[in-house]
Amino acid sequence: MHYNERFHTKIRFDFIKHQKKFFGASIALVIIGILSLIFFQMNFGVDFKAGTNMDIELGKTITQAEAKAELAELGYEGVDTTVGGSNNSRLSVRFDDVLEQAKVTEILTGLKAKYGDTVSAETNVVSPDMAQELGKKTIYAIIIASIAIMLYVMIRFEWRFAVAANIAILYDAFVVIALFSIFRLEVNLPFIAAVLTTIGYSINDKIVIFDRIRENLRFSKQKNKEQLAELVNASLWQTMARNIYTVLTVLIVAACLYLFGSESIKLFALAKLIGLASGAYSSVCIASPLWLMLHGNGKKQRKTVKTPAAS
Amino acid sequence: MKGSSRLVAFLGIIVIMAGVFAWTTPGLVKDIKLGLDLKGGFEVLYEASPLEGGEAVTPESLKRTAKSLEDRIDSRGIAEPEITTEGTNRIRVKLAGVMDEDEVRDMLKKPVNLTFRNPQGETVLTGTDFVQNGAEVVRDQLGSPMITIKLKDAKKFEEVTTKLIGQKMSIYLDEEMLSDPMVNYAIPGGSAQISGNYTMEEAKKLRDTINLGALPLKLTEKYTQSVGAKLGEQSLHQTVEAGIIGSAIVLVFLVILFRVPGVVAGITVISYVWLLLLVFKLMNATLTLPGIAAFVLGVGMAVDANIIMYERIKEEIRSGKSLLSSLKAGSKNSLRTIMDANITNIIASVVLYVIGNGAIRGFALTMIFSILVSIVTNIFFSRFLIHLLIRSNVFKKPSYYGVKEEEIRAL
Repeated sequence: MHYNERFHTKIRFDFIKHQKKFFGASIALVIIGILSLIFFQMNFGVDFKAGTNMDIELGKTITQAEAKAELAELGYEGVDTTVGGSNNSRLSVRFDDVLEQAKVTEILTGLKAKYGDTVSAETNVVSPDMAQELGKKTIYAIIIASIAIMLYVMIRFEWRFAVAANIAILYDAFVVIALFSIFRLEVNLPFIAAVLTTIGYSINDKIVIFDRIRENLRFSKQKNKEQLAELVNASLWQTMARNIYTVLTVLIVAACLYLFGSESIKLFALAKLIGLASGAYSSVCIASPLWLMLHGNGKKQRKTVKTPAAS
Repeated sequence: MKGSSRLVAFLGIIVIMAGVFAWTTPGLVKDIKLGLDLKGGFEVLYEASPLEGGEAVTPESLKRTAKSLEDRIDSRGIAEPEITTEGTNRIRVKLAGVMDEDEVRDMLKKPVNLTFRNPQGETVLTGTDFVQNGAEVVRDQLGSPMITIKLKDAKKFEEVTTKLIGQKMSIYLDEEMLSDPMVNYAIPGGSAQISGNYTMEEAKKLRDTINLGALPLKLTEKYTQSVGAKLGEQSLHQTVEAGIIGSAIVLVFLVILFRVPGVVAGITVISYVWLLLLVFKLMNATLTLPGIAAFVLGVGMAVDANIIMYERIKEEIRSGKSLLSSLKAGSKNSLRTIMDANITNIIASVVLYVIGNGAIRGFALTMIFSILVSIVTNIFFSRFLIHLLIRSNVFKKPSYYGVKEEEIRAL
């Protein structure tokens, strides 16, 4: 830790000096993610895969084996079951077939006979063509949202900032997708909401940092690359507190949703948590060093300053 | 305005707001429309296709089908059905708080096409040949109930029955045979009877079914979501509780970090929640489970505007500026950054709204509302309050703003 006189900032850690480690770690994660996507794909839920999904609150504790036996008795062998919830009373069942309403009722009646009238369920039935359509729409949505946000950043900043910020937000979105693939977490429509809002939100820290870099560029002259690196480090530390605090407030509420929220919102909250954490990391450790790298290749550096800076 | 009167104004606003919030919030919360994932109910997306020999799928026939569904739902007295046509051939039906889901779903899907067929199974008369709402329950000579239906064209009926003398004419409702009377003579007068040892109740039910009329198009369920009432209620309670815990932690966190401005941020967060509830009520928007999640995340994001501004103000104070000029520089310099953050989030939410269905639309919509509301409360209202406080000259020490004396540099 040292105090930087030029920018009146305590620099507690030199992010630029360690950029190779960050890039290395992130590239490794991306490669693992790609491999996982190739070999294991995503664990698509009923929204994207078609079939029937039942989330059943039994009101009484059940074990995985009991659940399987119960369903076998009702004539459904080898279906996917998950037990969760507080005191393990929540049963989630995946059927690959589009079950008819009568069959769903039959299953619920069977469970009610055994567990009493407290049994209450959410059932989602998606036909194959709907699932396919939703999958297509989702891909379009991610592309459109990313392009729109990228355009916005392009307009707001010069191209190096835009490229660096965009790589970082796409990285954030990918980290969420990769971790869900690696840990076989189920992907349904709310997951897409989490990924899209991750893209929208994780750009914020980057904007705060880049605004500060731009402001510092305006008020000081950089003679060489070392000084420019010093400027980036100083900018990172000047904005560190607000970046941590802003992410922390959203992390707190997302963590509360994950811990205390209802079962069906937990995976969404988890995706948000991953996205937020990755966003905070990538702003500091990816986007900023990346900008510096891009800048090093450029010719005139002071031309980058277009407009007066903000916080 | 003198300093002290500003403080009085500040306190006055807080007291009035607290009063209004305390007085109106219970009513607001009660009035907010809950989605079927919180209240129990079901949503079905139907795809329409032409009935065998029926009319083609056009915007007009699709609309009539939707209207027909609405009539059927109304006839059962289900409150606030949402029926919308989507694209060229889809109808989405959302019904909250339905107890007998199976029965309602069966009823909705049923084409209710009344046909008269000859012994060879050929249709001789079809739904469009009958007068709408023309079915009635009457009693035959022996006093047992039967249903009469009127035909639009008496002549046609006479011709048909003439051809069938000495044969059976079967009356079908969809693929279910209601009766197959023997035709003994040509029937004039354009009125046909369906008798089949019905009880009065069965007869009335059949009459109502026939009178509701046929669906112009055939409907296939493409997507259904159904949520049990108990499960919905549980989701609502758990998630709202999670939101309250999260918001409380954020409020404490703000006050510890930012002291006096932290209190202001707390006030603006509470007014954000109140205003968002009000917007929901005024727009008659439906709150879904993902919507609550967006609401709660919104609390965390709304305070970002305060944090970015306060951190900037802190920084200006540290650089040796006076409180007032720190405030001015801090609010000015942070505004653009804050707006950037809001705009990018709105972009993502709008895209989500366009692709999403049901509950996800609820999420996207809540997100958009929450961003717009937070611009009002956590940028403009927050600035107004903090101006009042700083100009009141009561809180002058840097420590009130979370800045230590030794951190301040001489200019």
